Formats: sequence, structure tokens, C-alpha cells
Amino acid sequence: MSQQLSSQPPALSAPHELEYTYTRSVGPVTGRFFGALIEQKILGVRTRSGRVLVPPTEYDPDTGEATGDFVEVGQAGVVTTWAWVSEPLRQHPLQRPFAWALIRLDGADTALLHAVDAGDESRMATGMRVRVRWRDERAGEIHDIACFEPEASP
Amino acid sequence: MSERVYGIKTPIRLEYTYIAGRARSAFLRALAERRLVGERCPQCRRVYLPPTGACPTCGLPTEERVEVSPKGTVTTFCVVNLPFYGQRIQPPYVCASVKLDGADTTLFHLIQDVPAGEVRMGMRVEAVWRPDEEMEASAETIRYFRPTGEPDAPIGLDGEGG
Amino acid sequence: MREVAVVAFAQAPIVRRETERNEVEILLPVVRDAVERSGIPKSEIGFTVSGSCDYLAGQPFAFVMALDTIGAWPPVRESHVEMDGAWALYEAWVRLQHGDVDSALVYAFGKSSLGDVGEVLALQLDPYYLAPLWPDPVSLAALQARAWLEADGHSEREMAQVAARSRASARNNPNAQLAGDFDIDDLLAEPYLVSPLRRHDCPPISDGAAAVVLAAGDLARRVCQQPAWIRGIDHRIEAQALGARDLTVSSSTALAAEKAGVASGPVDIAELHAPFTHQELILRGALGLDGETQVNPSGGALAAHPLMVAGLTRIGEAAQRIMDGVAGRAVAHATSGPCLQQNLVCVLEAE
Repeated sequence: MSQQLSSQPPALSAPHELEYTYTRSVGPVTGRFFGALIEQKILGVRTRSGRVLVPPTEYDPDTGEATGDFVEVGQAGVVTTWAWVSEPLRQHPLQRPFAWALIRLDGADTALLHAVDAGDESRMATGMRVRVRWRDERAGEIHDIACFEPEASP
Repeated sequence: MSERVYGIKTPIRLEYTYIAGRARSAFLRALAERRLVGERCPQCRRVYLPPTGACPTCGLPTEERVEVSPKGTVTTFCVVNLPFYGQRIQPPYVCASVKLDGADTTLFHLIQDVPAGEVRMGMRVEAVWRPDEEMEASAETIRYFRPTGEPDAPIGLDGEGG
Repeated sequence: MREVAVVAFAQAPIVRRETERNEVEILLPVVRDAVERSGIPKSEIGFTVSGSCDYLAGQPFAFVMALDTIGAWPPVRESHVEMDGAWALYEAWVRLQHGDVDSALVYAFGKSSLGDVGEVLALQLDPYYLAPLWPDPVSLAALQARAWLEADGHSEREMAQVAARSRASARNNPNAQLAGDFDIDDLLAEPYLVSPLRRHDCPPISDGAAAVVLAAGDLARRVCQQPAWIRGIDHRIEAQALGARDLTVSSSTALAAEKAGVASGPVDIAELHAPFTHQELILRGALGLDGETQVNPSGGALAAHPLMVAGLTRIGEAAQRIMDGVAGRAVAHATSGPCLQQNLVCVLEAE
């Protein structure tokens, strides 16, 4: 029996979840940075030209060469740009309004991306100084830095 | 010098909506009525079940609906012995490609009511449906395929047999 | 270099959410349309390559199902990139340089409506330092927008003007999703989405598909009255770490433009894949475009943004205008990655 299709009811749909439980091996450079976070230290890595990259990468993005020594950088730094999130998404690091920022820590030549718990958008400005807020229990991952906060009081 | 970390856990969970599309929706709705409905290519005339909406050989939309038999032939099968995360049936169990009479492609499903060691290529099987109150537009509306007891069908190349 | 031209382009009308058809069903008429327009019988097309992202559908190897639309029997030469179809077109152009095949079908598809596109795109980021924070594309673009606004005395008004112009141009594009006339002051009165970006500064979420047929040399001349010749094509990528890049300029676009030869002639139209308003302004600078060039007559990515398709569509829209005799020389651009990380530039000319 065959029939041509005529009018048709709406297409069926169903919810579908994709879940991965990856454990990623981080390698010696990222691994060293994460190890230092447990001890409340932030490390950068030096390139042949003397630039300090934070967070550290295995290679110099300008030349492709392997990076060299680790160097400890400051726990505070300067906001080079920022954006205000008034309605955080479910996976964001903070569940109250916050700022994303690129932060160039003292001693670093590149900026780290993280959240700033400024409380109000009016407290954010390019060039302001922010300081790391550590997570109480640290596991050796980026969330060991809970977020940053303005260095100056309101 | 700090100890180094070797690995980080990065759990990922993403939520999606799956849209069955025209062809698969029609196929699933027909299952809820205990009907197996494929689609025929206007050029090569092959009947695809389950249908995808297009003939993979000719690249043309398949719109002509063709109802096929709930009986068919096992063209190949495997016996699952390994346990794995998310498994819903206790191993060992048999999954098979079943070429239903009237279709040119195979449906992948379970074979039960027969010891795993007796399943073979060419075995004739038929669909076992869920009871009326459990019918829905889902591939699980067929619980499994079981042997019909008919003599084995010959398995040939390019859709001969079955 | 072997001469290669675009000889056909087709696209599906772009919508917020295609609830009735799956990706294969959307793609079938688009591929058929492009092949028919090309004048090359499907069986004679030498190479097929597609661009899409399995994570949009949430199904591994989802791209394989799209092969049903091309009828891959007898077996065909085929490839795929998990990227915007513009990069699939680049691969097709490279493939045609070998000289053993004379034509290629390039197609792209994607339904951004199926999942949470912000979460999906966060997965393309550095898995150790960035992805665990799940920064969404609007947040990342906002970081770039502020840096750009503060770098050179640019204004949010300039950004709103890009949005208004794009959506007004889209009124002439029957396939665009967002079209209409918008008052700049009304737009600027809207609240921020993620400051300094407002909703109009951001692309829509879209479902769609597109296809292009390429042909080499004499075949192109035989089947197409006015082929859109690819006179230059190049793509470059910047460092992955956002904090190691200058987000206010697009150095990769500038380099790709130089290698593709953008500056060697006047540019009548430019189709730029700028999902965010400030990015169009950054790209204009990187490409060296002056006020004489008409930008995004199709409406661009602000009017329709099917992920994985929007870049290929820029090449198709630019090529179509050359094929129609409306433009003599055009630039098409496509982007991939956060904040214009990777950019492809294509120069198209009439004979």
C-alpha cells in the first residue's frame, strides 16, 4: 500500500541531553600554574623576548617558540577592558550581576579573563585595580580564583 | 616549587531539543498505530525504513509513503556481552539489522525470545509490540523482534532475499 | 593558480526556529537549487565539501546525515569541516587547484535553535582557563566592544547606525530574518544586554542552510554567463588567548586582505561577516574600505545569523551580485572563533 503525503501534523520533538564527564590532562605548564593556585600563588611564564604570559602557555603566541621559566606575578592588577552582566547565565562564575574583565596582573604582559565581583556597574572602569579573591578549598583549577574584587573600597 | 596538577575535571552538560523532521515524525506516528511506514525514492524506487526524508543514493526527497510488513529477515547481528555505562538491558543480548519485507534498508533493534547462540543471518523475525496502553510515537513501541519459526530466507547482495 | 569562479548560490529563508523540518529536509531544496542554477549535472560535480557543527544539533557525526542530500552513489569525493562553510569553500578552492576535477559543491547548514548556543560556543574556548568559566559569545564580544569604544573615541551611536543600516538593507533580502526600519535614538534608549552591547548590537539566533557551486576555467565560462571569479582568497588566525591579542583591530583580517589582494582595485560591495555591530567597524578598518564601498547590501549577519552558514552566505551574496552584473569587484569575509579570532577574505571579480 502506498500513499502520497497530503497535509501533515507538526513534527515531533523531544528533549535531549548531552553529557560528558571528561578529565583532561593538563601538561606540565598548565599543571604548574594550577598547582600554584592551590598555594595561592599566580605564575606566569617568560618568553625569549622577556614577556611574561599569564595564564601561561607552552609556546610564545608571537613566535611559536617554547616558553621558558616560570615567574610569580602579583595577586592584583589592572582591568584592561570589562563588560557588565546584569543577568548571569546558569554556568557563569557568579550568580549575581558581575563584570567580566581582562586583567593584567602586576608583572604580567598579557591579561587573564575572569569575573569581577564589583557589586555595581558604576564601580567598574578600565584602568581600575582589582585583587584576587581565593576560593576557600582549592583543587588546582581556574575556579581556585573565585573571582576578583575592586582593590579600592567603595 | 609548587606541585603540579595532572588533570582537571571538566563536566559538560548541554540541553537540546531534537526535531524529528517530517519524515521521521511520520514514521514514529505510524509506529504508534502498529504500522511500519517507509518512504520511496521517485527515481531508484527503493523504500527507506526508517525514512530520513531523502534518498541517500539519488539525493532526492522521498515523499511517497509505503507501508511494509512487520515481518522481516535478520541480515546481520551482534551479541552484546560487555557492560557499559547507561546500558538498559542485562548482557548478553542480541541487536540485529532487520530487513522488513517491502523495505530496502534495515531497522536496528533487539532480538529476544531466542537464545543468543541461535540467532543467525537469514533468520525470519517479526515485531513484538507494546500493549495498547503503552503505544506512543517511539522506536520503543516495538519491544523487540522474535523468531517467526519460518524457514530461513536467503541473504543475497543488493537486497535480494527476504 | 587555476582560475576558479562561483557559478551558483542558493540559500534557505533564514528563520528563528525551524520546527517542522530537520537539517536534511532544509538542505535538500537548497542543494538542488544551487546545482540546477550551476548548469552542471550533479553527477559531474567533481568534489563536495560541507561546513557544519555537530554541537549545534548535539549529535556526534550529525554532519554525516547531510550526505543524503547529495546522493553519494556512485561514491563521490567528499570532505567536511567543523567550521563555517566559508572554510569548506576554501578547501574546495584548494582542491580545484589540483587540476583533476573542474567543479565543486559547497554546502553549509545549522540550527542554532536546538540548544543553548551560548553554552555550545563556550566549548570552543580554551578548555583549561576559559571554558570552565563559560563566557558566552555576547560577553566576549562586549569585552572587545568596550576596548574598541575606549581606544579611539568611537561611539555606541556608530554601532547603532550599523544595526539600523543592516536591518534596513535586509528589507530587500527575502531570505533575511530581521528586517525593518529602526530609529537610532530608540535603539540607544534600549537597556544593555551585556554592556556596552545592546540587543541590536548582537546577531539573531537562526536556523538555515546555503550552497555554492564552484567551477574552474573554461567550465565556468561555459555554464555561467558572468562567473564571479575568485581572484584572491586567504585566511589567518590570531592567538587563542584573548588577553594576548589586540581586540580593537583585526590583524588577521588585515593580513588576509593583503594576501588576497583587496587593495589592488576598487571595492564595489563588501559582504562582511560581523555578528556584532562594532566588529563591522573594526573589519572596515582592517580591510581598508573607504566610503565608496557598499557594505552588507544583504543585511549581513545582523539580519540573519545561522551559525556555520553566515560566512559562506557572505561569499554567495557577494558572488551573486557579480553574477547579476550589479557589482564588478567585491570582497567577502567570514569569521570564526571569539572576537574575530580567525578571518577569511575572498576577492571576487567579474571577467
